[in-house]
Amino acid sequence: MKKDIILSGVGGQGILSVAAVIGMAALESNLFVKQAEVHGMSQRGGAVQSHLRISSEEIASDLIPNGSADMILSVEPMEALRYLPFLSKDGWVITNTTPYVNIPDYPEMDELMKQYDAIPNVIKVNADEIAKQLGSPRSSNIVIIGAAAPHLDIPFENLENGIRKIFGRKGDKIIDKNLEALRAGRDAAQN
Amino acid sequence: MLGAEAIAQGAIDGGMSGVYAYPGTPSTEITEYVQNSKLAKERNIHSKWSANEKTAMESALGMSYAGKRSMVCMKHVGLNVAADPFINSAITGVNGGMLVTVADDPSMHSSQNEQDSRYYGKFALIPVLEPANQQEAYDMAHDGFEMSEKFGVPIMIRITTRLSHSRYGVMPKPRLDENKGTLPNDPKQFILLPALARKKYKKLVELQDDFVNASETSLYNTYIDGKDKSLGIIACGIAYNYVIENYEGGKCPYPLVKIGQYPLPKNMIEKLKSECAKILVFEEGYPIVEEMLKGFFDAGYEIKGRLDGTLPRDGELNPSLTAKALGFEAKEEMPVPSMLANRPPMLCTGCSHRDVYDALNEAMKEIGDKRVFSDIGCYTLGALPPFNAINSCVDMGASITMAKGAADAGLVPSVAVIGDSTFTHSGITGLLDAVNEKSPITVIISDNSTTAMTGGQDSTGTGKLDKICLGVGVEPEHIRILNPVPKMHDEMVKVLKEELAYNGVSVVIAERECIQTLGKKKKHKAE
Repeated sequence: MKKDIILSGVGGQGILSVAAVIGMAALESNLFVKQAEVHGMSQRGGAVQSHLRISSEEIASDLIPNGSADMILSVEPMEALRYLPFLSKDGWVITNTTPYVNIPDYPEMDELMKQYDAIPNVIKVNADEIAKQLGSPRSSNIVIIGAAAPHLDIPFENLENGIRKIFGRKGDKIIDKNLEALRAGRDAAQN
Repeated sequence: MLGAEAIAQGAIDGGMSGVYAYPGTPSTEITEYVQNSKLAKERNIHSKWSANEKTAMESALGMSYAGKRSMVCMKHVGLNVAADPFINSAITGVNGGMLVTVADDPSMHSSQNEQDSRYYGKFALIPVLEPANQQEAYDMAHDGFEMSEKFGVPIMIRITTRLSHSRYGVMPKPRLDENKGTLPNDPKQFILLPALARKKYKKLVELQDDFVNASETSLYNTYIDGKDKSLGIIACGIAYNYVIENYEGGKCPYPLVKIGQYPLPKNMIEKLKSECAKILVFEEGYPIVEEMLKGFFDAGYEIKGRLDGTLPRDGELNPSLTAKALGFEAKEEMPVPSMLANRPPMLCTGCSHRDVYDALNEAMKEIGDKRVFSDIGCYTLGALPPFNAINSCVDMGASITMAKGAADAGLVPSVAVIGDSTFTHSGITGLLDAVNEKSPITVIISDNSTTAMTGGQDSTGTGKLDKICLGVGVEPEHIRILNPVPKMHDEMVKVLKEELAYNGVSVVIAERECIQTLGKKKKHKAE
C-alpha cells in the first residue's frame, strides 16, 4: 500500500493539523509515514504545502516525485491547482471550495472552478460552510480529511482515533467537534 | 520526529549539558525541542537563546572547556557570524565533546543565499557528518560527542532544510550520563598565542589522515555494490533518498557510495572509480564533492553532476531531478493553470511593522526615496507592496552600518529599519560606529519584543533597548519612543520628520508586541 499526498492551503489554515491527524491514523494502521513540511517565511499568509507519504514499505524520499501523487488535499481551491504537476494520472484532487482571499489579484471564482473540469478525479466540498453549520468554523481542515477518507485506504476509526490523539490535550469538546467535522466531510463527499 | 528534533533528542540522549543558538530557519526547532524537553528540564540542560551565533559558539566552546558536552546550532549564514570562533575552535580543540550543527537552506526557502557549510567544515579541517535521514540525524548527534572527544576537535553536523523539516520514525539509543566536568589537562590548550597556535595547527593538520581513516570505516559511509558498472554513483546526505526512490525496494543497479561523513573516504571512492566507467555525484548544496573529484585538470575521467549540467547548478535536489539525471523518462505532469496568482508571505493584519512603514513612507515623501536600509526579519516584507518601503536587506545588522556608509557618502538623511532581535544580534556595534562619528542617520528599531520571523522566540534585548542606545552614547533627546498603532499615525510621522531633520544619530524605537506572540499568550492564559 502506498499513498502519496500533497497537502496545500494558506498559512494558518491548519495544514499541519491535517498532516498530523492523517499521519497518526496511518501509524495506528502500522504503516510508515514520512512528512515534509514548510516552516518559517511561508507561514505569513503565504502558500503552504506539505508532502505526506504513507506506505506499507520503508519510504526513501522526503519529497513526492512529480506526476506520482495519489492525492492533492487542499483547504483552499486555488492552492490545490498550484501543485497539479505532482498529481498522477489517476490521482484525486479533494478541495475546499471556499477561497481564502488575501491578495488583490485573486482569480475570478467561476474561472478558477472551471480549471477543475480538466482534472479526472475531483471532490469539491464547501468545507467552510459545513464547519460553520456545525458551529465550529475552524474545523474546515478536518472536514476536508473526512471528504478524503474513502480514498485514503485507512480505516475510518483510525482517522477518528487520530483526531482523539492529536487534539487530546484540548479537551473532549474540541475532540467531539472535530469528530463531527470529520463525519460531516465524509457524508458531504458521498452525496 | 522532525530531523531537527531527532538531532536534539540524540544530543540529549548523548549526554549533552547545553545547547547554544540564535534562531534561524531551518535550525530553530533543534533548540526549541530542547527547551520543551522534560528530560532536558530534569537534567537542567542549558537551552536559552544567545544574542547571536558568535556568542553561542563561544559559549558552547566554554562549556566544552569545562569538560561538558555542548552543541551550538545555527542556520548556514549564522556560521558566517560565528566563523571566527568556529575556525579557531578547531585549533584549540575541545575538552568536552562539541557539536556544531548547521542547517543549510538550498533553494533559499527563507534565506539570503544557499552557501554550503561543508566548505566551512573543510576550511576548519574538521570532520563533517551529514545525515541522510532522521535516524542518522539522531545517531550522529548521539554519537558525535564521543567522536569529538576521541579526536579532540569539534564535529560539524550538516543538514539541509528538507531533512530538518521532514518527519519520520526514530529508534532511540541508550541514554548516556552527562560528563562530570573536568578542566583541560593542558592549561595552555585554549591559548592561541602565535607560538602556541602554530604547534596546535600542525597537530590539527596531522590529524587529517586519522579523519580520512575514520571516514573509511564509518557506519555512515557505505559502498553498495551494483551489477551495472557503466555508472558509479556518489550520493551525499539526503540525496541518497532521492536516488534510491527511483528503484524498486531501494536497490540501485549501479555501484553506489553513500556519504555521511567527511573528509571523503579515499579508498572507497578510488574503488568506485576503478570499477565504473564514470561517476555521477548527487549532493545537496554546492558541488563540493564533484569539484574535488574533478580537480583542476579533469584527469581524463568523466565526473557528472551539477557542474556539467546533469543536475541544476543551483537549488535543492528532488526525486524528479534525480530521476532525470539517472536517465528515467519524466512522468506525465499536469500543468499549473496560468491564471493562478502568487501568494507571497506578508505582514500580519494588525502587525506593528505595518504602522511603522505607513508612517515612514509618509515622512519620507518630502525627502525622497531609495534611502531606507533595512535588515533581516518580518519587517523585510516591507520591501513588497503595498509598502515598497525599503531598499536593502543584506545580513544581520547591515541596515545601520550601510546607512552610516551611505551618510558618509553624502546621502543625508539615511534611514535604517531594524528589528529588536536583529539590533541586539548585530546592530549595537554599528550604532556605536555611527555615534562616534555623529553620522546623520535615523535608526528605527521596530520593536515587537520577539524574534518573530522564526516563530516568536525570546529576544535578548526586550525592555532594554532604550538603555542600550543610551549606553552606546545616543543623545537622550534623540532616543524617541513611539507607540505604533494606527491612531498614532500623525504623531509618528511628526516625530520621524523631526528626527530625520536632525544632523546626527537618532534612534526611534517603535514598541508594540508582535500580535502572534500576544495571541499565543492570550490563548495560553485562556487554556
